Amino acid sequence: MLRLERRPEASHLMSYASPAIAILLMLIGGLFLFAFLGKNPIEGFKVFFINPISDLWGVSELLLKATPLMLIAVGLAIGFRANVWNIGAEGQLIVGGIAASAVALHFQESEGAHVLILMIIAGCIGGMLWAAIPAFLKTRFNTNEILVSLMLVYVAQLLVSWLVHGPMMDPDGFNFPQSAMFEDSALLPLVFDDGSRVNLAFVFAIGALLAGYVFMFRSFAGFQMQVAGFAKDAARYAGFSARRMIWIGLLAGGAMAGLAGMAEVSGPMGQITDQVSSGYGFAAIIVAFVARLNPVGIFFASLLMALLYLGGEQAQQYMNLPSSISLVFQGMLLLFLLGSDVFINYRLRWKREVAA
Amino acid sequence: MALTKIINKLAIVALLGALSGAGMAADNVGFVYVSPIGDAGWTYQHDLGRLQLEKETGVTTSYVENVPEGPDAERVIREMAKRGDKVVFATSFGFMNYALKVSKTFRKTAFVHATGYKLGKNMGLVNARFYEGRYLTGVIAGEMTKSNVLGYVAAFPIPEVMQGINAFIQGARSVNPKAELRVIWVNSWFDPGKERQAALTLLSQEADVITHHTDSTAVVQAAEDQGKYAFGYHSDMSKYGPKAHLTATTHHWGDYYVKTVKEVQAGTWKPTSVWGGYAEGMIRLAPLNKAIPADLQNRIREMEKQMTAGKLHPFAGPVVDQSGKTIVPAGQNMTDEQLNAMNYYVQGVVSKVPN
Repeated sequence: MLRLERRPEASHLMSYASPAIAILLMLIGGLFLFAFLGKNPIEGFKVFFINPISDLWGVSELLLKATPLMLIAVGLAIGFRANVWNIGAEGQLIVGGIAASAVALHFQESEGAHVLILMIIAGCIGGMLWAAIPAFLKTRFNTNEILVSLMLVYVAQLLVSWLVHGPMMDPDGFNFPQSAMFEDSALLPLVFDDGSRVNLAFVFAIGALLAGYVFMFRSFAGFQMQVAGFAKDAARYAGFSARRMIWIGLLAGGAMAGLAGMAEVSGPMGQITDQVSSGYGFAAIIVAFVARLNPVGIFFASLLMALLYLGGEQAQQYMNLPSSISLVFQGMLLLFLLGSDVFINYRLRWKREVAA
Repeated sequence: MALTKIINKLAIVALLGALSGAGMAADNVGFVYVSPIGDAGWTYQHDLGRLQLEKETGVTTSYVENVPEGPDAERVIREMAKRGDKVVFATSFGFMNYALKVSKTFRKTAFVHATGYKLGKNMGLVNARFYEGRYLTGVIAGEMTKSNVLGYVAAFPIPEVMQGINAFIQGARSVNPKAELRVIWVNSWFDPGKERQAALTLLSQEADVITHHTDSTAVVQAAEDQGKYAFGYHSDMSKYGPKAHLTATTHHWGDYYVKTVKEVQAGTWKPTSVWGGYAEGMIRLAPLNKAIPADLQNRIREMEKQMTAGKLHPFAGPVVDQSGKTIVPAGQNMTDEQLNAMNYYVQGVVSKVPN
């Protein structure tokens, strides 16, 4: 009979093959899903995965959608590698967006690059401040950072809602919950001049992935965090400061999420509303795991995740499928990943039953 | 059994595909929805309009639901324009800036944005005078209440919501000067848990007729559970509270959609700002509950006729705000400008405006 047997040591090959297997299974699952929904599976596959990127504009939209995912996921990965579980990037993104918007609205009259530079700094600091709360509570009172960072998401959502209904509300906006539109000096420059929406934040994201790579694989602090992730006691025995790792892990995630928030208000939104995040902070968690917490993987996983969003929109427009189709694909991806991850530490063995 | 069902389904889909392929020449119209269509609420009413449009004009339609009011909206709207949709209806406030931006790139497409205030060269605006229905439900509430305390669960203090609250108490006080209104803000357009909690709080504070300006059916259900009365909003919500649901202020976009699309097809469409009410057939009451006495039912029907004829205005003077200041003197009606800037409660509301 078939048995699940523990491997003598974790399979290196399997840990990289697992995301590929998960993606493959998700695609196959997708074919079945389309068939069960009464759609032609091949047509569905084409509409979902090919149509959104069938022209240059589509590709640019994919990059736009993937940018915040890349930024946030690389920040989270730094913490996740050391078992620091920041689940609240969504809230850190919102606070970063708020801080950057405050700068933009304060400098409404002024021209020049200082506005954008200050917005970037404010965005990062905003995100870091929000992430500092769980870091402080964890290092001081040993609270659970998963719960604290998650709960702070809801606080951040209420905060931005209050601000756009109050102090940040556009005075000429008929009391609608939104800020004034930002001046051009507070908008991130576009990367291409073909009408696409890809902005400088994409360049930041690539830079963040490179920096993340250097930190994780070429720095001592990155090494320490890696060790702590694999073996907490070994790290402590070696004298690595757990406290410092918690701070680095959470602040890195906060800064990148805050920057992503800045990039949303200063990029495709051009103002702040209470819809500043579309769930990027949570989606980036899936991205980080599918990517094996590796910056190269994060690049591709972000593109894949962005494609699931775009494909979902197309599936609605051209096949009349419900909006939850994107979430179903995301769910399948995560489920299959967790399923195939079992085989990193286990293997299947055929064993003949021996009579006792 | 299951397999034959699936095969049948596949056959039907293939057949439909062939049929729609035959009618390729028909114009397509795109709809952008902020929430899932569901079976009651804001988006549901727009979707009824979409179905009416398909039936009456023969155009094809497609929609995207649950579109966030952020950068994603621009991509969805643009995709519709790019593939050649004749008209794109963007049905929530937060789509305003994105629709306007896309409209500048696609000048041949007609865009219509609901509930906003930015008119474009090829972007029209539409909204409904929801407050007209609110006034009538207020009259019913004023007559039906025993405690003289009414309750209102509201989302955000934007003018549209303030108009509804104030029209409701204006209506109630027109027949029952002792009526007072309590308002609870839930700071969300859709949060059934919070809406229910707010409704229960109002009911525990002696309110015996309640309503809501949020998007779920939770308030009607709460009233049903507690044996009190409620008014639905957006849609007829009577199936969620057969006893509690006195009536509802319902939205009807279909006629407007049909008219707009026919004008666009005829080449006579101009981007205008339409704010329609009873007279335009955009606001109606759901069927009146049997619990409402026949005499009152007749009076409501009569008032509906007057409102359609423009003889009854919910904010006919005197309109006095909470502080006692006269906003509209006797003999005048409130202007549209005043309505659009409404950020106060009128007399009869005992809560305070947030902020």
